[in-house]
Amino acid sequence: MRQSLIPVLTVVVAIITLWYAAAVWLNAPWAYDKAQRAGVELSVSDMVVDTWSQKKPKLPAPHQVTREIWKTTVKKKITSKRSLIYHSWITLSATLLGFALGTALGISLAVGIVYNRTMDMSVMPWVITSQTIPILAVAPMIIVVLNAVGIQGLLPKAIISMYLSFFPVVVGVVKGLRSPDHMQLDQMRTWHASSTQTFWRLRLPSSMPYLFTSLKIAMAAAIVGAIVGELPTGAVAGLGARLLAGSYYGQTIQIWSALLMAAALAATLVALIGLIQRIVLKRMGMAQ
Amino acid sequence: MNKETIISARDLSLTFQTNDGPVHALKDVSLDIEKGEFVSFIGPSGCGKTTFLRVMADLETPTSGEISVNGVSPEEARRARAYGYVFQAAGLYPWRTIGGNIRLPLEIMGYSKADQAERVDRVLELVELAGFEKKFPWQLSGGMQQRASIARALAFDADILLMDEPFGALDEIVRDHLNEQLLQLWARTQKTIAFVTHSIPEAVYLSTKIVVMSPRPGRIADVIESSLPRERPLEIRDSPEFIEIAHRVREGLRAGHGDDV
Repeated sequence: MRQSLIPVLTVVVAIITLWYAAAVWLNAPWAYDKAQRAGVELSVSDMVVDTWSQKKPKLPAPHQVTREIWKTTVKKKITSKRSLIYHSWITLSATLLGFALGTALGISLAVGIVYNRTMDMSVMPWVITSQTIPILAVAPMIIVVLNAVGIQGLLPKAIISMYLSFFPVVVGVVKGLRSPDHMQLDQMRTWHASSTQTFWRLRLPSSMPYLFTSLKIAMAAAIVGAIVGELPTGAVAGLGARLLAGSYYGQTIQIWSALLMAAALAATLVALIGLIQRIVLKRMGMAQ
Repeated sequence: MNKETIISARDLSLTFQTNDGPVHALKDVSLDIEKGEFVSFIGPSGCGKTTFLRVMADLETPTSGEISVNGVSPEEARRARAYGYVFQAAGLYPWRTIGGNIRLPLEIMGYSKADQAERVDRVLELVELAGFEKKFPWQLSGGMQQRASIARALAFDADILLMDEPFGALDEIVRDHLNEQLLQLWARTQKTIAFVTHSIPEAVYLSTKIVVMSPRPGRIADVIESSLPRERPLEIRDSPEFIEIAHRVREGLRAGHGDDV
């Protein structure tokens, strides 16, 4: 952990530096534009200050985004429609439900694929096909169809989230359940173990490292799914809605703060799975 | 000891169909193993010694011929849990303690909790691993892991022990020690042991009967009844009888091999 601190900090500093430089470069035309119309000569330092403090910049500077996040998280009541925490919670709840559904679906499909020859031959191609369909095209239809049968709110978004997150789980868990070698399976056979016993005692524990790796990818996919699911609902609430509303009104600062919030949310969730992974695998004697 | 045939093979053949054509892993193999015997199978790779052991264990199905284990087919014997099988690698589960690994077959076979605990204690004692029950496999040396895997095969009441090069991956000093222990264990438990190896000294030191096999097709080249006493200190390996038996094994291997050594 300690050795990685300096490299990580270096990268962070580099990103922020580049970001400020890019803000100057992208926002300068508008600064010069304003100055020309006002009939004033703009010095370089005035120009730089202006590019970092515009109301609707092409690229907001880091401190503007930070201030916006501060304003909409700490300074706003959580119940307020303008609180980023409120919107994050909307997205988070859909993400977590979708992730849970996706994991359950993924594991069930994987078990079916490993234990049933027919499923092995038939399901996997469909699973792969499902991921080649652009989710952005499917999402509105899922929302509309479910709305027609009276399902709205959290569930449709969670289903879109599930649609994206079950895939890595299927692939990883199939590989994990098949990871015991011939010798281990023969060994079970010499004990005349039933396939249920082989599953619980050998296949499932063996699949744990694969499962956790898949869950991390699935979690990142789930949050993307939840945000995509919020776009066609008319931008009522959630980080996706903030992104959409921000782009309607050219509120770039709002877009960036929602983006950063989504990234932070994803990073936290993935790190949380990583932590559980480390604890579980260590206790299982399988830590790498 | 009264004679009672435990494993009996008659004209046993097994042919694997591969992309390069059929491979005759076993061809017309006939052999009887009596109760309480220690039989070693020795031969170069491809001679079918492991395949023969796997047929006994019902891990392979012979193409033709007959084989009985404990008077029934290998499949029935396997279902009745008539044998313990020790593989080349210890194959302990990293997520289970040594005790937990030994308990694994007992759980599968439905032994009661109390019985499990009692058996784990007993077999750990038997392989001199008492006190290691709570340790995890990675905390043990390779030799100790293999002893734990033998303990696991002994934990349930199988009278037959099938061992497929169990000490093949271990260094010679550890191997000598384990061989000595295995003989003591065999003397104490009265099990019938079939043991695959490619080491001549190991085969001669351990066995009451040495089956020399040769490849292409896999067949029995010679069966040597050992004249050595059952009680065998390590020094016996310097005795004239030992050297003579080893010589006969080597001759058998050479004869079966033809010129392609």
